[in-house]
Amino acid sequence: MEGWETVIGLEVHAELATATKLFSGARNEFGGDPNTHIDPVSLGLPGSLPVLNEKAVELAIRVGLALNCRVQPSEFARKNYFYPDMPKGFQISQYDQPINGEGWLELPDGRRIGIERAHLEEDTGKSTHVGGGGRIHEANYSLVDYNRAGVPLIEIVGMPDLRCAEDARAYVAELRAILVAIGASDGKMEEGSMRVDCNVSVRPVGVEELGTRCEVKNINSLRSLGRAIEYEARRQVDLLTSGRRIEQQTRHWNEEDGRTHKLRSKEEAFDYRYFPEPDLVPVVPSQEWIDEIRSAMPMLPRERRSRLAGAAGVQTGAAALTVERGLDDLAVDSIGRGADAARVLVHIENNLADGHGALTADSFAALVAMETGRDLTATQAKTVLADLVESGGDPAAIAATHGFEAMDTSLIEELVDDLIARHPDDWAAFVDGDEKERKKKSGFFVGQIMKSTRGQADGRVVNQILDRRAGGPARQD
Amino acid sequence: MSTGAGGMALAMAAAVRSGERSARSVVEEHLAVIAGREDEIHAFNLVAGDAALERADLLDRSIGAGDDPGPLAGVPVALKDNMCVRGVPTTCSSRILEGWRPPYDATVVEHLSAAGAVVIGKTNMDEFAMGSSTENSAFGITRNPLDATRVPGGSSGGSAAAVAAGFAPLALGSDTGGSIRQPAALCGVVGVKPTYGAVSRYGLVAFASSLDQIGPFATSVADAALLLEVIAGHDPLDSTSIPAAAPDLLGVLGRGVEGLRIGIIEELSGSGPRSLEGIAPDVQARLAEAAAALEAAGATVEQTSVPFTVYGLSAYYVIAPAEASSNLARYDGVRYGLRVEAGNAVDMNTATRTAGFGDEVKRRIMLGTYALSAGYYDAYYGKSQKVRTLIIEDFLRAYESYDLLLSPTAPTTAFPIGAKTADPMLMYLNDVCTIPSNLAGHPSMSVPFGVGDDGMPVGVQVLAPANSEPTMFRAAAVLEAAAGGGAS
Amino acid sequence: MAPDPPEVARISRDDVTHVALLARLSLSDDELDEFTGQLAAVLDHAADLDALDLDGVEPTAHPLPLRNVFRADVPVAGVDRDEVLAAAPAVEEHRFKVPPVLGESP
Ligand SMILES: [Mg+2]
Ligand SMILES: [Zn+2]
Repeated sequence: MEGWETVIGLEVHAELATATKLFSGARNEFGGDPNTHIDPVSLGLPGSLPVLNEKAVELAIRVGLALNCRVQPSEFARKNYFYPDMPKGFQISQYDQPINGEGWLELPDGRRIGIERAHLEEDTGKSTHVGGGGRIHEANYSLVDYNRAGVPLIEIVGMPDLRCAEDARAYVAELRAILVAIGASDGKMEEGSMRVDCNVSVRPVGVEELGTRCEVKNINSLRSLGRAIEYEARRQVDLLTSGRRIEQQTRHWNEEDGRTHKLRSKEEAFDYRYFPEPDLVPVVPSQEWIDEIRSAMPMLPRERRSRLAGAAGVQTGAAALTVERGLDDLAVDSIGRGADAARVLVHIENNLADGHGALTADSFAALVAMETGRDLTATQAKTVLADLVESGGDPAAIAATHGFEAMDTSLIEELVDDLIARHPDDWAAFVDGDEKERKKKSGFFVGQIMKSTRGQADGRVVNQILDRRAGGPARQD
Repeated sequence: MSTGAGGMALAMAAAVRSGERSARSVVEEHLAVIAGREDEIHAFNLVAGDAALERADLLDRSIGAGDDPGPLAGVPVALKDNMCVRGVPTTCSSRILEGWRPPYDATVVEHLSAAGAVVIGKTNMDEFAMGSSTENSAFGITRNPLDATRVPGGSSGGSAAAVAAGFAPLALGSDTGGSIRQPAALCGVVGVKPTYGAVSRYGLVAFASSLDQIGPFATSVADAALLLEVIAGHDPLDSTSIPAAAPDLLGVLGRGVEGLRIGIIEELSGSGPRSLEGIAPDVQARLAEAAAALEAAGATVEQTSVPFTVYGLSAYYVIAPAEASSNLARYDGVRYGLRVEAGNAVDMNTATRTAGFGDEVKRRIMLGTYALSAGYYDAYYGKSQKVRTLIIEDFLRAYESYDLLLSPTAPTTAFPIGAKTADPMLMYLNDVCTIPSNLAGHPSMSVPFGVGDDGMPVGVQVLAPANSEPTMFRAAAVLEAAAGGGAS
Repeated sequence: MAPDPPEVARISRDDVTHVALLARLSLSDDELDEFTGQLAAVLDHAADLDALDLDGVEPTAHPLPLRNVFRADVPVAGVDRDEVLAAAPAVEEHRFKVPPVLGESP
């Protein structure tokens, strides 16, 4: 792919976290018995009429504000096409007058990705293809459940500002974090409440003009997003370098074979015959309403990252995972109570993947203080932390019930010397090796000491002893 | 069935409410009239005789217990077959909906029920309300009760015929381009298209959503007022419903037209240099007499130009089919109604729609699909919407000088069955006088005013600004009195 | 109302074929001819609009100037599933059964 640049623009659909559907009082709830969350409107029964859910509009405005969009007067339009899961033969969406105009999203590293628009529309029902292994082209028949039909969606159309799979994943992760933080959506890709379509094109480095793009659908996780982009970009480069042209197509990502497959070409594209939805009236949010929604907005991930980075004295990138896990309040509060910031972030990264449970900022700060004061080794601290998450309590008392006391350094020195004597080859490799080799061997020695002390020794102390015995740190090549 | 200006339905409800006569006797009497002539007229797709009698008995019991069922106590009402009644077949006179029973009630049906009315049946119509003669029904034509060789008009021809034949004193129709007023004129009854948004469309099977309105048919202006008061009012289930209470109409009927300024729309009157051609001389003559009657009652009447009204027909026959092409996309054989099986979903959709829709419906679906399709939107749909703006501005300008406007309802009296079926454009011209009000969303109504050279009734159309039904009804009452009381 | 020459090409048989496909209708050859003529007549009539100067005229989609009509986000009892499914042409496992769908939704 040397000499080529990939250009990526994403369209993200997210289901809004309302209690009811976009245009009727049927429940907006994932799953449920087939066809139980239905009413005349979500079934498209003759004579039924849509009435707009105010909460969905409010959530859409929240999304617009969080993405720095222009919140503007909007109208609904009908997008006409036939499909069994589309009960009216058209989707009510927004076309030339979306509720949110241009804006931008800031990646954790500070780069801004343009947002073209973020508009409201309704979801479709769900078709299950029966027979032929569930594959659409070989199915014997299909079954349609309209529970999802009419669920409110926000469609966020990004500008083609992304240049690699990694950035695309970072963009979706950040967007999801924002949607969850503002309570607009649960962001669950695996339940389909967040779906990503991806426009990919390639061009030779230095060329300004965009290449012909293909839209890739059916991406169900961040992992497949990255894989799909990489596959599709390579496919396009291969075509171009072998002298062929790219045809504008819609393509389907297949998770199993790791390829994209042609769904249809531009010529077969639908003629949606958009026109203003006559059953709905324009939405013109007042400035007061917008201000009210803005003032009730919680802190966004970006602000939370910089708040934590400020408190911890680190880069915002290092604070990203903590914010993603929603543990930044805990971290900021613990650091505020005097806990060592680096240890706090290390514990969050390694030991709090499932949340903080019963752990409070007070007990977390006390635990970290014991650890940095050498009253507990890292391994012991991890054990105590697990108990605190499980059931809370006083870290000192928990450490006592485990019989944790810091080992005497002279005892550890004896153990290290004994170990060196029994493993002269490893020791020689440690002393003479480059940084990489020394790291490897230190791992061996620390591991052995931990094993013989059942984790009671402090790993940092062992390393200090090894360095001292070797007469200094590793040589630099 | 002479009624006097007091109104047949009003008198009937009063008698039932006071216990003077039973609701059952009223219903039985009408079922007997239906039994006598329905085979000839075919006003109904469904006569709900048993359900109506059951309902009447219920009303009688509640009256016996001292309750007041409301202003339409025991009054039979015929419903156009595009309004949903839970559990009762609703077909829109189309094969594609044959046998479908809605699982819910239209808002107007709830209003009728709350007012003590008795739904006596579902009336025949042009399929999906597309037509001006009720010859486009999948279940056979309806005949004009005044001359069974002629059409009753359409698309609400069944409702107009039901009232004209005495099958029911009241009926509901829907009016998208004249579908209440034109058949009312052709059958010699009163028909009203209210202000867009005055009556809820929830439960009315859509034809063209920005134009459709439900309205009453009656043998008198007073009865039409009574029914409109019952069905009008804000409905939270219809986003286009006007957030206001139903207007008082019965209370203002007697106020006359003294001091009102009324303009005859030159373009639709048949006389004057700017007028469209095709308005029959006898219709022109009745219009002139109606104007004279209003003048005699104290109004100022003069001819005025509302120039863009002549473009209404062209704009309408783009906008209405465009909306219809989308509204009728839901009939795909998946959830309800007809299905013609085929090997895959697309073929099933196509086979179902091809078998389920009649020619006129197909014509309009294709016309609307074309008008919205890539490359043609601006030339047809976009342009027509702009013309709609001009027509509205035109009316608003006219209403700066006039309280009401006047025109014929239809260019001619009822025409013979089959006379216009071969040429859709000829049929569409029937709506030339009624369409402008739909495009503007303004109210208008047809009042019988004498007969044409063929002895068939002529209707005069009274047009009013949005939400000015009270003034419109006052003029209608004056015309009714001048024409010789209620329906004859 | 003599129609001026239309601004766009007259609707052709091919156009009607395409439109029928979009609308999921199938037409016989005879029907195609007949419908093409009838649609052309209506569209020719609509060509009288070409004479109007519509520059700067705003389109009207809604006859009434209503804005911001909302409902509260409160669940309302829906319809009875059995009643709805009873009206369906084909049902399996409480879902609407359709013949195989050959393509993905757009
Ligand atoms: Mg899209
Ligand atoms: Zn979308």
